[in-house]
Amino acid sequence: MTRTAATPQTRPTATETVLEGRGLSMAFGPVEVLHAVDCDVRAGEVHAVLGENGAGKSTLLKLKAGYHTPTAGEILLDGQPVRFRDSTEAESAGIVMIHQELSLVPDLTVEENVFLGHERHRFGIVDRRSQRRATRELLQTLRTSVDVTRRVRDLSVSQAQMVEIAKAVSRDVRVLCMDEPTDVLTGRETEVLFELVRRLTHDGVAVLYVSHKLEEIKTIADRVTILRDGYKVGTFDVDELTPTDMARRMVGRDLADMYPEKRPVAEHAESVLELEDVTVPGHAEGVSFALRRGEVLGLAGLVGAGRTELFEGVIGLRPATGRVRKDGAQVRWRHPEDAKHDGVAYLTEDRKGKGLLLRNNLRENLTLQALERFARPFTDIGKEREALEQAAKEFDVRVARLDVAAGALSGGNQQKLVLAKLMLTTPDVVILDEPTRGIDVGTKRQIYFYVADLIDKGTSVVLISSELPELIGLAHRIVVMQDGRVKGIVEGQDMNEETIMAYATGLRDQPTPGPEQSEVVHGAR
Amino acid sequence: MARAEATVAPPWRRRLARVPWQSLTPLLGLALLLVLGSMMHPAFLTPTNLLNVLTRSAFIGIIAVGGTFVIIAGGIDLSVGSMAAFLAGAMILAMNALAGNDLAPFTIVLLGVGMVLVAGLLAGAANGLAITRGRIEAFIVTLGTLGIFRSLVTYLADGGTISLDFAIRGVYRPVYFGSLLGIPYPVWVFAIVAVIGAIVLHRTRFGRYVRAIGSNQEVARYAAVRVERIRTLTFVIQGVCVAIAVILYVPRLGSASGSTGILWELEAIAAVIIGGTALKGGSGHIWGTVVGAVMLSFIGNVLNLTTAISEYLNGAVQGLIIIGAVFLQRGRSGR
Repeated sequence: MTRTAATPQTRPTATETVLEGRGLSMAFGPVEVLHAVDCDVRAGEVHAVLGENGAGKSTLLKLKAGYHTPTAGEILLDGQPVRFRDSTEAESAGIVMIHQELSLVPDLTVEENVFLGHERHRFGIVDRRSQRRATRELLQTLRTSVDVTRRVRDLSVSQAQMVEIAKAVSRDVRVLCMDEPTDVLTGRETEVLFELVRRLTHDGVAVLYVSHKLEEIKTIADRVTILRDGYKVGTFDVDELTPTDMARRMVGRDLADMYPEKRPVAEHAESVLELEDVTVPGHAEGVSFALRRGEVLGLAGLVGAGRTELFEGVIGLRPATGRVRKDGAQVRWRHPEDAKHDGVAYLTEDRKGKGLLLRNNLRENLTLQALERFARPFTDIGKEREALEQAAKEFDVRVARLDVAAGALSGGNQQKLVLAKLMLTTPDVVILDEPTRGIDVGTKRQIYFYVADLIDKGTSVVLISSELPELIGLAHRIVVMQDGRVKGIVEGQDMNEETIMAYATGLRDQPTPGPEQSEVVHGAR
Repeated sequence: MARAEATVAPPWRRRLARVPWQSLTPLLGLALLLVLGSMMHPAFLTPTNLLNVLTRSAFIGIIAVGGTFVIIAGGIDLSVGSMAAFLAGAMILAMNALAGNDLAPFTIVLLGVGMVLVAGLLAGAANGLAITRGRIEAFIVTLGTLGIFRSLVTYLADGGTISLDFAIRGVYRPVYFGSLLGIPYPVWVFAIVAVIGAIVLHRTRFGRYVRAIGSNQEVARYAAVRVERIRTLTFVIQGVCVAIAVILYVPRLGSASGSTGILWELEAIAAVIIGGTALKGGSGHIWGTVVGAVMLSFIGNVLNLTTAISEYLNGAVQGLIIIGAVFLQRGRSGR
């Protein structure tokens, strides 16, 4: 890494270091998660931080934005050592962070959120009109059409993310720290965001950008710092590296094929889970398709297509009508427990809000869904511990100690834990909803190979995903939904991004029944 | 990458680190109170006085054991004081009515005990179902039933006092005043209820589900836990605990009135919170609740024995301790 000598106290020009970290280390309790990392960011550049889950990316960012105080090392702003007591101090110095977890107040309006803590006053009264106008202008520059008087609670996740960004840039920002900002954005929104980032850097703002999406880094970043297991691998000019180079340095080994080989579905494989005319009021209408034994059935669609809600309805988390057959027998699941008894498990897309008890330990999280196996009638903690050790091994949950709270795990390790928890119920049909959201390449690959293992063991999988390469790489067939309806089922040669997107955006419709009777497609009007 | 076995600290340090220092605060508080009490009055540490205090703490303590389940599951029950008064009044009236027939007083007491347990269970179930099936905040439902039970007992007593038949009273009295192996029955019952409560909370699926629901109801629901059923059951447990407390309370005075059990709900909730259970749910211990209940009782006793502070200020001192306890909790959760 190029270590800039302490800069003289002049206003930084476009190539001068604004914020520099030297030998930054961070420990949570006895566990050091970041080891003497140097990282500087210059005015007018996008400096990406890349690494697997648990590599210390978010921690590094939080140190620089004043959310944590480093246990060793120092932070220099314009060459002067600084010590922020909290994020507010960092913010007043122009270092603003956009969170992975949104930090907006759900019950306040867009405008109130943007000006929260920085309200404009007129005669001692909040000048809402001026705030509203300013917010509207701000959102316009972001090309986001969000009504500023709406409550954040009523916004979609991606809209909320844009508001979050608007809030950050409304402050006088010199260093903008972004933690995986595009995770919840659509392709178009991502482009708008990138445009905004370019405009900001043009104005001399320094951007620290954490991501695990290699292509994205290639597009937006000037330099990239790669972290592995809390150590710095190096800082590179992005032009020097191909995405493959980056991935290799990040994982520390060559990424062999990302996806496992597809096991063909037996020719006359019976249907294990059939949906017929299933309607989830407000979200999905007249959905029919069937999952065959040993199949990975992909479910594609844009955000809001109703895929999550459809399956929440199927397993009894929401009211739903229609017919569902498991192994040929009609079933009616009024509660997830009913589905569990019939061997069906659903992995939620919201692992922090619905998947894990973040304050509880790993053991209690692991066994929650299959606790009856560990309680006869008294809970056998020893047996639970064994199960945890085994699960940690089988799913490669990487953690220094197994007695920490689930919230202390990195995203990928959390996902592995939720997966392990699900599999303890020994389901033969698994519904995976965005199983790789917010996790790094290495862990993604592990999950892909785990899915292949499941298929080998005779389990059938429904894979709901917004990442098309993942669907194409894993699924035997892909059901495409738009607006709560099935628009098409693609397989073979048709499984390409263009065809899927055509269905997902409603450009194409497939009103004719599929090749088999069980794949009758309803929904097209 | 490091795994579980890779811990490097020496064993004694690990053991020290594992002691849950902060959840021991209630116990330390109790110890401090005992030391203070013994310095202020020589009679304080005598066995008679200590047993007396423990006996009195039994009512609140038993109710608070039930309250621990409700609060850990993320609920609250404000109706327990009124419910106790109502159950006491109903129990006395039922036993008086039975006294007219020629049943043995002992049989009547047994019938009364059985009846009040069922009534407590039903009252708790009513609270629980209104909250889970009716989807109404626990605070609102139990605020409503607080008023309902209180006015029912006043109505049953016709504004006065309901007194237990004297023949029955003679048989029933020992349940509060008698003792086994030198320890009064109420203390035994308190201990048994606490032990069962602790086992249920910490060693059963139900207890684990209660904590999971209090931690995050959605996570529990997605993990196929019958959230509504479990939450209703916590209120049923609370109702049964109130009934048990009433069974011990009735023989003490042999009467019930509109002012029976006033502010018991506050003392019970206070005992739970002082004991280290988070008001927002998710975590807590029965033993902490027991310590909390005993502490509250000791504070009253110390004020009674000494002249330093008027006993009329009992409520104020308890209030300060509650606020102090929650202040310490806050320090624990804000990291």
